[in-house]
Amino acid sequence: MCLAVPGRIVTKEETVGVVDVRGNRLRAGLALVLEAEVGDWVLVHAGFAITTITPQDAAETNALLDQMEGIG
Amino acid sequence: MTGANVEQWKRDITAAAEAIPGSGQVVLMEICGTHTVAIRRSGLRALLPKRVRLVSGPGCPVCVTSQGVIDALVDLAGRDGVTVATFGDMVRVPGTRSSLERKKAAGGRVAICYSVLDALDLARKRPDQLVVFAAVGFETTAPGSAVAVEMARAEGLPNFAILSAHKWVIPAMDALLAGGEVRIDGFICPGHVSVIIGSRAYEPIAARYRRPCVVAGFSAEQVLAGVAAILKQLAAGEARVGNVYAEAVRPEGNPEALARIHRVFEPADAAWRGLGTIPASGMDLRAEFAEFDAARRLGLPWPPSEAGTSERGCRCGDVIRGAIEPHECPLFGRACTPVHPIGPCMVSREGSCQAEYKYGRA
Ligand code: SF4
Repeated sequence: MCLAVPGRIVTKEETVGVVDVRGNRLRAGLALVLEAEVGDWVLVHAGFAITTITPQDAAETNALLDQMEGIG
Repeated sequence: MTGANVEQWKRDITAAAEAIPGSGQVVLMEICGTHTVAIRRSGLRALLPKRVRLVSGPGCPVCVTSQGVIDALVDLAGRDGVTVATFGDMVRVPGTRSSLERKKAAGGRVAICYSVLDALDLARKRPDQLVVFAAVGFETTAPGSAVAVEMARAEGLPNFAILSAHKWVIPAMDALLAGGEVRIDGFICPGHVSVIIGSRAYEPIAARYRRPCVVAGFSAEQVLAGVAAILKQLAAGEARVGNVYAEAVRPEGNPEALARIHRVFEPADAAWRGLGTIPASGMDLRAEFAEFDAARRLGLPWPPSEAGTSERGCRCGDVIRGAIEPHECPLFGRACTPVHPIGPCMVSREGSCQAEYKYGRA
């Protein structure tokens, strides 16, 4: 429950959107990242994007998550 | 972790540890369930010099939730017209008499959700039920609950409420240091909590108690980087806030998320398993959101009593304070396993007992 994972915003309607988290499309609240737009990378925790991150950081984090699959 | 990096970290850490004045143990506490798992899983403790000991603190949100809150949720799940919506790892936590899982098997209404947004959906679909979201978690999770409460109000959803057991991490750090029971020379601060509260939030702890506080991301390498940064500060006689997870954590945190928390919640004294009641460490709904507060709406005694925490010899409270290691609990691995957990520290994937059971002592 402490973990947040990178996701890319696919659609956005007001403050809720769909994010692609490592191939899975999940609904996510976007009210905490008002500046984020479709195509941006965010960290998603318990159904809410909690911050934007750069594509490079997202890629590095995803690589790490691949290594340690199963932590959550 | 890759070999070359590990060797470099080991050299850095060994050098810094040797440079710390004196010869006593140096104890660093992590307060994040994800760190706890990363440390155990990677066997990171075994890489550290003898002098440096890592200890897990109150970082698992399910574990620190008091028995009174668990009992209140179990009670609600048994009431006519009430559905308890909860994150999955809460359902197996044994309360004083039952758990959400057992209550459900006996006909109670318990819905597992991934997010508070699912609980809102459920309330929209089931106007005959009062859907009560079990709002546990630290600052990372609380903004979502705050957003959901405001969404419910905006759309006039009459059958949605939350039972708030959300907590602020920093008052717990303060209470641990003020209590003085467990030696703590520095804190490895939680990455994703810090995304919200910002690295600056630890400055009062670093200054008041002269303890380095370093924010680290969720991976074992990040934890190692955090350990190295803390040891270097200790060697130099410093006590500052550091941040090795700057890609996600800003000094000021996420101001919008903090504003959302403060708009909906107010600080309240709250009971933590193992730590007792800590002033201003909880988040109660403000009076203007009383209709979304399950405690007020259903007349639950709030805050709930702290009784029943060490039921059946479970020593989760001591584990959460870092006073004992999980294997020092006489029930660990015998009566208490992930299949038959006796306390929340064995139930939760982020609990110290489950992490040690799964990955060993190192
Ligand atoms: S091993 Fe089980 S009984 Fe012992 S402290 Fe951990 S969760 Fe509680």
